[in-house]
Amino acid sequence: MKKRSLILNEKDISKIIDSMVSSIVEDEKELKNLAFIGIIKRGDIIAKRVAERIFKLKNIEIPIGKIDINLYRDDLSLIDYQPLVRSTEVLFDINDKVVYLFDDVFFTGRTIRSALVEILDIGRPKMIKLFVLVDRKSRELPIRPDFSGIELEIPKRDNINVFLKEIDGKDVVEKEEN
Amino acid sequence: MKWTKKHLLSIEELTREEIDFIIDNAFSFKDILLRPIKKVPALRGKTVVNLFFEPSTRTLISFSLAEKHLSADSVNVSTKTSSVMKGESLLDTAKNIESMKTDMVVIRHSSPGAAKFLSERINSNVVNAGDGTHEHPTQALLDFMTIKEIYKDLKNLKVLILGDILHSRVARSLIWGFLKYDTKVTLCAPPTLMPLYLNDFDVKIEYDIDKAIQDKDVVYILRMQLERQEKGLFPSLREYVKEFSMTYERYLRIKDKSIIMHPGPINRGVELDGNVADSEKSVILDQVTNGVAVRMAILYLLNGGKNE
Repeated sequence: MKKRSLILNEKDISKIIDSMVSSIVEDEKELKNLAFIGIIKRGDIIAKRVAERIFKLKNIEIPIGKIDINLYRDDLSLIDYQPLVRSTEVLFDINDKVVYLFDDVFFTGRTIRSALVEILDIGRPKMIKLFVLVDRKSRELPIRPDFSGIELEIPKRDNINVFLKEIDGKDVVEKEEN
Repeated sequence: MKWTKKHLLSIEELTREEIDFIIDNAFSFKDILLRPIKKVPALRGKTVVNLFFEPSTRTLISFSLAEKHLSADSVNVSTKTSSVMKGESLLDTAKNIESMKTDMVVIRHSSPGAAKFLSERINSNVVNAGDGTHEHPTQALLDFMTIKEIYKDLKNLKVLILGDILHSRVARSLIWGFLKYDTKVTLCAPPTLMPLYLNDFDVKIEYDIDKAIQDKDVVYILRMQLERQEKGLFPSLREYVKEFSMTYERYLRIKDKSIIMHPGPINRGVELDGNVADSEKSVILDQVTNGVAVRMAILYLLNGGKNE
């Protein structure tokens, strides 16, 4: 049987979202020039939660988009079945914006590479920053997050499962040993 | 669901789930068409040959654009400029092209079954872009997408397919698909242009256009295939127009929420009036846009997996 252990509970996740918020609010004097983009399917939820808290705090509405990176994967010709392409929705101008890119888990950096290429196909932001819940510290590319909620060094064969209320009914991050 | 097919040969062989899956993907691809940079790297490094043994404008351009948007490299071969004119057989042409290490072949041919024939003999993915009077699956898929865009679901919709059904591969693909969705299909054509085998299908046949157009959610008008009317299947074009054309006068009597569809190219004044084609109920140009998206989805899906 696979061994599962809890990494983050609801409270921890909420705290991480809060520190994402304070890091953004502290850093960015020009809150009005920000745009959030989340990677489907949980990065967009994190982006939304952060944006909601910033709205409560500062009464500023940050535009939120979401992207599906499947068409930009570097392993499309290697995988067995083509994944369903979900809609990329970035319905605002990202040119010259400071774009915050959100994802749940940072692993090899390959997803982020794909996301960066896709964002640059949509426009030319002034800057892109990467915010993640979990950094697995096993980069395969020279890309690293600007913010991570927790850093974990675990074997590559193990999984990190992220559950978020909006689609999974609970807020939990767990480790699954294989 | 997992897409497992290596070729797209007909609507008949697809399940409803597979059709839905293609269309779900196609909606995402349509978004790409609206971006300033209409290109994604999904088929980078893949080569596609568009082998067109019959004339085509829309389908060929649509496939070519879909291929380019997906970053594939493509080559167009048409009958008039190829060695087919020198007597080379279809199989030899295809085998030679494949020897140049292509990944996909899109084929339009005047013989029913040409795409299937190729798919059984070459390693590339084969897409049927119309094979004689058999099927035109990508046309039907873009039509289903267009209908879904408006009605969300095809179930229980009342659809009329009007015109030259005998010569129409589009009609055949549409009927196969609609029946999978439990759509209520009515066919209307002169008896000489209505093939007999349709009696075996769960469709309604109506010879009076004025009755046929009543209460329909979709009026799908087929092109009168003037180039195939050698055997005198109807007395004159004037008589056809009088009895079976979607005139503006008839257009005014269709349901308010109905839509007008046509696979193109349209013969204005023959199967429909020009102002019907340009009317607000016409979605003919939406069909063309969706065609690019659907073809992108198909090429993307067929490319999946480790093709042996």
